[in-house]
Amino acid sequence: MTSRGANHNRPLLEVRDLHVSVGSVEILKGLNLTVNLGEVHAVMGPNGSGKSTLTNALAGKPEYAVTEGKVLYRGKNLLEMLPEERAREGLFLAFQYPVELPGIRVREFLRTALDALREHRGLDKGSLREFNKLLQEKAKELGLDEELVKRSVNEGFSGGEKKRHEILQMAVLDPELALLDETDSGLDIDALKVVADAVNKFRKPDKAILLVTHYQRILNYVTPDFVHVLIDGRIVRSGGRDLALELEAKGYEWIRDAVESGREISV
Amino acid sequence: MVAPKVISRKATTSKDLEKEYKWGFVTPIEPDLAPKGLNEDIVRLISRKKNEPEWLLEWRLKAYRYWTSLKYGEPRWAKVSFPPIDYQDIYYYSSPFKEKRPESLDEVDPELVEAFRKLGIPLEEQKKLTGVAVDAVFDSVSVATTLQKTLEEHGIIFCSVSEAVEKCPELVRKYLGSVVPYTDNFFASLNSAVFSDGTFAYVPPGVRCPVELMTYFRINTEGSGQFERTLIIADKGSYVSYLEGCTAPMRKTHQLHAAVVELIALDDAEIKYSTLQNWYPGDKEGRGGVYNFVTKRGKAAGRNSKVSWTQVETGSAITWKYPSVILQGDNSVGEFYSVALVNNHQQADTGTKMIHLGKNTRSTIIAKGISAGQGSNTYRGLVKIMPSAANARNFTRCDSLLIGDKCAAHTVPYIEVRNPTARMEHEATTSKVSDDQLFYLRQRGITEEQAQYMIINGFCRGVFQELPFEFAMEASQLLKVSLEGAVG
Ligand SMILES: Nc1ncnc2c1ncn2[C@@H]1O[C@H](COP(=O)(O)OP(=O)(O)OP(=O)(O)O)[C@@H](O)[C@H]1O
Ligand SMILES: [Mg+2]
Repeated sequence: MTSRGANHNRPLLEVRDLHVSVGSVEILKGLNLTVNLGEVHAVMGPNGSGKSTLTNALAGKPEYAVTEGKVLYRGKNLLEMLPEERAREGLFLAFQYPVELPGIRVREFLRTALDALREHRGLDKGSLREFNKLLQEKAKELGLDEELVKRSVNEGFSGGEKKRHEILQMAVLDPELALLDETDSGLDIDALKVVADAVNKFRKPDKAILLVTHYQRILNYVTPDFVHVLIDGRIVRSGGRDLALELEAKGYEWIRDAVESGREISV
Repeated sequence: MVAPKVISRKATTSKDLEKEYKWGFVTPIEPDLAPKGLNEDIVRLISRKKNEPEWLLEWRLKAYRYWTSLKYGEPRWAKVSFPPIDYQDIYYYSSPFKEKRPESLDEVDPELVEAFRKLGIPLEEQKKLTGVAVDAVFDSVSVATTLQKTLEEHGIIFCSVSEAVEKCPELVRKYLGSVVPYTDNFFASLNSAVFSDGTFAYVPPGVRCPVELMTYFRINTEGSGQFERTLIIADKGSYVSYLEGCTAPMRKTHQLHAAVVELIALDDAEIKYSTLQNWYPGDKEGRGGVYNFVTKRGKAAGRNSKVSWTQVETGSAITWKYPSVILQGDNSVGEFYSVALVNNHQQADTGTKMIHLGKNTRSTIIAKGISAGQGSNTYRGLVKIMPSAANARNFTRCDSLLIGDKCAAHTVPYIEVRNPTARMEHEATTSKVSDDQLFYLRQRGITEEQAQYMIINGFCRGVFQELPFEFAMEASQLLKVSLEGAVG
C-alpha cells in the first residue's frame, strides 16, 4: 500500500514545463497543467496539436521521450515510474485507438489487471463470482453485449464498442485519475449519453478526470470545471465551460490569432 | 463425453517452475541393459525379453532387414540439421526391472514410484489422478497402468503393448503396422525393429471411454534410445481421449526418441489424441537434448469417423513429426491443432498430412509456431485430395510468432488436389509481439513480462482450447518455462 489518499492539499497531478519528443521531433513544448482531486478538465485542440502525446506521455508510453520538465503525481515523480506502476498508482488511460489483443479474452484480461491493482493496494483477490458479477453489471450499464466479455480484447469490436469497452475498464479498475482520449469520438448520441453517464458516475471528490475531446457535445453531459486549449504543444488558453462553447462557435483559428497577436493568454 | 476432471500434475509449486528444466533429475536405478548397438541378435533379444510370439519376431526382423537396406540414410529433407547419428552407440533395450515384470506396484522399486511422483504422476491406487488412467513408461518398459479395473468394466483394454500381445494378440496382429507400415520411413522401420513398450488401447463398439487415457513417457538411462509404439483402436461408435506427456533428464549427449503411433477409428468412432511434448531441449548453447523423430498417423477408416491430433511441442533439441490423418471413410474428419515452440538452439520441423480418400471428408489444420532465441521453426504440411474424395474440404491456418530477431520461422504448405470439387482455404500470418499491445496491457497494471506471456498465450489459444482443461493450464506453464530468458 502506498500513500494513496495522502497529501490531501497537494494537487493530484502537477505538470510543469513538459517537453516531449517522438523520435527527433518535439511535440509538447513546455506544457503546464494542474489537476486536483474532484476536478474534471477538458483538453481541446486541433488535430496533431499534441493531445494524445500528453496522455501517452503521462501514461509512460516508451517512445514518448520527456526531454524537459517534471510531472508529479500525488507529489511523487511520475516520470520515473514504469507504465504498470503508474497504472497501479491509479492512473488510467482510455485509449484513442485501442489495440487488438488476439486470444486474450476481455474477462481474463480485466481479471488479471484487477488482481494486479488490488495486490498493489494491499487487498486480496476477491472471488471470481464477485468479479463476474461486477463485470456483468458494468457491461450492462454501458449497454455492452454480455457475450462481449468472452471475446478477445478489441478484436472485431465496432468503433463504438471499443470506446465503451475502455470505459468499462475504467469502471471496473476504479482508478484515481482517468485520462479519456477522445472517448466520445465515433459514438452515436445514445452511446454518448451512456458513456457520459458512466463518466459522471465515476466523478467523485476523490477522483479526477482529464477529458480530451474535439467536440463540446460531450461537455453538455459531463460539465467540466476547466477547459484548456492545446495548440502546437502548449496550453494557450484555459477557462471554464464557456470557453468550449466559444471555441465551437468561433473555431481554433480565433484562438490561434489571439495568441499570435499576443493578446491575453491566461486562466 | 462428460468431461472428467483431469489430472493435477503439479508436483511442484509454480515457483519451482520458474527454474530451468525441472524435470531434469536422474533416477538412481540399475537398469537391465542389452549391450549397445543394433544387430539381429539384439532384435531377437528384445523380442525374447518380452516373450513375444514368433510372428512378431518375424515382423521385427523384416523391419530390421528393411532398415539396414536403407544404409543409415535418414531423411534429410526437413529443415533441421544434426550430425550423423551413431546407431551402434545406442542402447536399444533398457528396463528398470532386472527380473520379470512386477505383478503389482508393491514389487516395483520405490525409486521408480518416486520418480513418477516427482513428475506429478502418482501410481499408487489410493493417490491416483482422478478421471485419468495412466500408463507409465520408463525407458523401454511400462511400469504400471492405473485404473485397470474401471476400464475393464467397460470392456476397454488399456495396457502396455507387451501385455496386449499376450492379452489380445489377434487385435495387435491385425492392426500393428496397418497405418504405419515398417517400410514407411527410416525411423518407422527402426522403431518397428526395436520398439520397446508403448501403450495399447482398444475401446469396444458403442463405448465412450469414461476417463482420459494417459501415457507418461520417461527416458532415464544415459545413452538409451526410446522407441515406443502406441496403438489405439476405437471400434464402431466409440470415443476415446488420450493424452501423452514426456520428459527426460538433462544430459550432455543427445538422446534418440523414435516413436510410432497408430490410431484406427472405425465407423462413427472418434479418437482425440493430445500430446504435451517436453523432452529435454538441450542447454542454452545447444548441448544435449532429445532428437524427437516421430511418426504418428491416424486412419479415419470408417464412415463418419474422426481423428483429432492436438500437440504442444515445447521440448526436444530437434522435433521431426507430422501427425497425420488418412480420411478413408466417407464423411470422416481429420484435425490437427499444434503449438510448436523453439528457443535457444532448438529446431522443429513439424506439421501434418491430411490424405482425403472418402467423400465429403473434412480436415482442419491450425498450426501455431513460436520462435525465440536462435530457434528454427518450420511448419510443413501436405493436404492431398485424391480423385475418390468428392466434396472434400480443408481449412489450414498457420501463424508464426517471432520473439527477438535471431530466430526463424518457415511455412511449407504442399497442396495436391486431384478432385475438382475440393474446397481449400489457406491462411498464414507472421507477427511479433507489438509494442502497442504490450503498452496496452502495462497501462492496466500488468508487468511487461506477464504481458508478454499473455500475448503469447493468446496466440496459442485456438490450440490450447482443444486440450483438456488442466492440460491446457499445464501447456501455458510449459510455454512460460520454455521461454525463460527469451521474454521479459
Ligand atoms: N508515435 C508517433 N510517431 C510519430 N509521430 C507521432 C507519434 N505520436 C505522435 N506523433 C506526431 O505528433 C503530433 C501530435 O500527435 P498527437 O497524436 O499527440 O495529436 P492529437 O492532438 O492527439 O491529434 P488528434 O486530434 O488527431 O488525435 C502529430 O504530428 C503526430 O504525427
Ligand atoms: Mg489524439
